[in-house]
Amino acid sequence: MNPAFSVIFLTTLLGTGQGLFLALFVIEARVAAGLLTAPSVTFYWMGSVIALALLAAGLLASFLHLGHPERAWRAAAMWRTSWLSREVIVLPAFMVAVAGYGWAHWQGLPGTLWLGAAGAALCLGLFLCTAMIYVCIRFLQEWATPLTLVNFVVLGCASGVTLTTALAAVLDESITGITGVWAIALTSAGLLTRVASLWRNTRLKPRSSLQTAIGVKHPRIAQKAQGFMGGSFNTREFFHGRTPGALHAVKWVFLACAFVIPVLLLAAGLATAVSVLLVLACAVQFGGLIAERWFFFAQANHPQNLYYQAVS
Amino acid sequence: MTQLALVIDLNVCVGCHACVTSCKEWNTSGEAGFLSDDNPYDKDPTGTFFNRVQTFEVGEFPNTQTVHFPKSCLHCEDPPCVPVCPTGASYKRPEDGIVLVDYDKCIGCKYCSWACPYGVREIDEHQKVMKKCTLCVDRIYDGKLPESERKPACVLACPTNARLYGDIHDPESVVSKAIRENAGYALMPEWGTQPANHYLPRRKTEMRIHEDELERADNPLKIDGRLPKPGIKDPSLDDITSW
Repeated sequence: MNPAFSVIFLTTLLGTGQGLFLALFVIEARVAAGLLTAPSVTFYWMGSVIALALLAAGLLASFLHLGHPERAWRAAAMWRTSWLSREVIVLPAFMVAVAGYGWAHWQGLPGTLWLGAAGAALCLGLFLCTAMIYVCIRFLQEWATPLTLVNFVVLGCASGVTLTTALAAVLDESITGITGVWAIALTSAGLLTRVASLWRNTRLKPRSSLQTAIGVKHPRIAQKAQGFMGGSFNTREFFHGRTPGALHAVKWVFLACAFVIPVLLLAAGLATAVSVLLVLACAVQFGGLIAERWFFFAQANHPQNLYYQAVS
Repeated sequence: MTQLALVIDLNVCVGCHACVTSCKEWNTSGEAGFLSDDNPYDKDPTGTFFNRVQTFEVGEFPNTQTVHFPKSCLHCEDPPCVPVCPTGASYKRPEDGIVLVDYDKCIGCKYCSWACPYGVREIDEHQKVMKKCTLCVDRIYDGKLPESERKPACVLACPTNARLYGDIHDPESVVSKAIRENAGYALMPEWGTQPANHYLPRRKTEMRIHEDELERADNPLKIDGRLPKPGIKDPSLDDITSW
């Protein structure tokens, strides 16, 4: 597939916003359980505002993907069959919950924990919808695995909790320690699950071949003409046009920037109590996740490409 | 139930692209609006097409076969592109099984094109909506046309009659008979999409002659010509009087 930056930013921004909100909710739940000293109210509402801003930026990116953004409201229609339609419904609902959660904290209203629980349920639903958009296309074999869902959840949470740690370093240093440990744990888990999906994908055997594509039983079939000399939607949308070497390089860049370097920066930041390192970890990880998502799209090999192997 | 479809005979297709040009001509001139082109007479021409003819070489020189392969929407009976559409713009007509896009509802998210394993959906780069073969739905039901012309433009254009059109759910239709009697097959059956369009394979017409049919088995001396006349006293099958 040819990675579209609108969708790359949509999925990474949403994931980070969701992870940030979940971190706020878990912190509040642990405070309520008496396991943690309460952070300042500013931390909650500022966190909610930032989560909301990330979600809004993701939503804006998704509009840039559409040919007719003015008709986007129609996308809520087919929630019975389409995961994309379900995402279109759950995302605004989650944004309302995040806004309500932040507002309730700002106003000092009671019942924020219950509002947070509702938001967390919507948050998990949004992770499910976003990931299932890719998982449900069964012939994109690189995506059609539960590992895709696991990675969307774990990577989203990892980047969100790293952001929470950076935020805590700026607003309320009392909880930097605990969120920093969570961020290291989630980022390490993300490395494991992402490497697991990379390992799975290297061992994939494509179910479609040129033989099944044109229905001729012969081991040697070569395309001599694809029907046109210039490009078409088929040659633009489904080929990333980069060399295998470039793909390989992006893989190592994202493994380093999304996982290894952030973990080292977080550990160094926690050990030395230098908050700049925590903010840097968050920035490096988000950049790494953009590369990760680019690779996620580029690696997917669409069976329609079998029909476009030679111009003439 | 009706499922309109095309059956394309690869044994007959000569790869002339007449179906491609007639498809483009009909569908760019219709009520639904034009099919966008960019640089049609310049470097790097590109545009929206519903139908393409591709060419494949099967085998290794000198034993090769050239296969011309027309490719358009297969109007799957279980189309994976339809349920993923968030707006319902992509739909399969229950009355005749044609898979269509409502251009007024399409938001241009391209998700349906990702969900089609055959790559037969194309976004119109100027109208920003997804387009695909309509099986000339604006032509096959047009009562103003004579009955014989109520067929898709590609079918009418094919000079070798390689494209058949009809209802594959009617066992007596020309397409059902062609599939049944000439080994019609579907593309990429591994995804369970049940394409309505079928292809007829390349076929070689061969006589099967065994060696003993080339050489008379009742001629052990391998001498052609009149058999020697039996003697008057010898037994003979054709002359019972000699017995």
